[in-house]
Amino acid sequence: MRVAVIKFPGTTCEIDVYKALREANVESEVVRYKEFDGDKYNAVVIPGGFSFGDYLRAGSIAANTDTMRQIKEMADSGKVVVGICNGFQILVESGILEGALLPNLNMRFLSKWVYVRVNRFDTVLTKGLNKNVLRLPIAHAEGRYYHDKPELAKRLAVLLYSDERGNVDERYNPNGSVLNIAGIANEEGNVIGMMPHPERASFKLTSQDGSIDGLSLLRGLKRVEA
Amino acid sequence: MKELLYQVELIIINKDGVRDPEGETIQRYVVRKLSDKVLETRAGKYLLFRVESNSSDEAKEVVKKIANESRLFNPLVHKIIIRVVRDESSGN
Repeated sequence: MRVAVIKFPGTTCEIDVYKALREANVESEVVRYKEFDGDKYNAVVIPGGFSFGDYLRAGSIAANTDTMRQIKEMADSGKVVVGICNGFQILVESGILEGALLPNLNMRFLSKWVYVRVNRFDTVLTKGLNKNVLRLPIAHAEGRYYHDKPELAKRLAVLLYSDERGNVDERYNPNGSVLNIAGIANEEGNVIGMMPHPERASFKLTSQDGSIDGLSLLRGLKRVEA
Repeated sequence: MKELLYQVELIIINKDGVRDPEGETIQRYVVRKLSDKVLETRAGKYLLFRVESNSSDEAKEVVKKIANESRLFNPLVHKIIIRVVRDESSGN
């Protein structure tokens, strides 16, 4: 399948995502946001970074672009859309995914490795995963997931901050997210957003302990038929 | 006499002539798409204080003093706007 890795001004992780997708044997290319044509691609990954300088609110300016209007159409038509970190913020600001991402409760930029428990196995990235706890890095200042209907958020949640055995507890919640939510998907599971960076956990050389759980997630893109 | 409660707004914004990339970005990528009547958009910071005070002027002075002495703004590049609103919850 052809995957577009979107580059907005201020996106910083597009090369890492591209390389991780290549490692996962997923054909992709980096596309500048103004040159993006949704008809040409079966899936989109919106990488992390600081699109448009994080002005106003992280993700809010990118959400106003024609690129995101096209990506919303793709999402509505069932195509695969993945948002990582700032990409997740953009999806939420665009209304493609529900909820909001607010400043971390401790008001700090967090950069650390965390464990997340997989809460849903019916999304494009988690279908067929052979483990239910993943080790991934986070790096964000505005990652506190919020939803005014916690019951709905619970159903949409894909990844929950946990300990290494998958126990979900407030102690393992780095940023104050409601219900420890680190990532959500839409009901259909074709649109998924997450604060952790799977592309930074895709190579033994650069991962904390040699694990490559991020690659397992990104391989989900391979499972989707072109 | 019992002191009254005031809401005091402090707005911190770039001085005229100091470039404002955030405001310019919002203007260019958001505002201009919806209206050509808006000529400029500027971004700043907004702080809201609840202040006990005997008068509106005194409440304003308290916030002005805090803004100046704690460097809530950088006088080299920012200007401040202070507005006082009586707090409705204080009664009478």
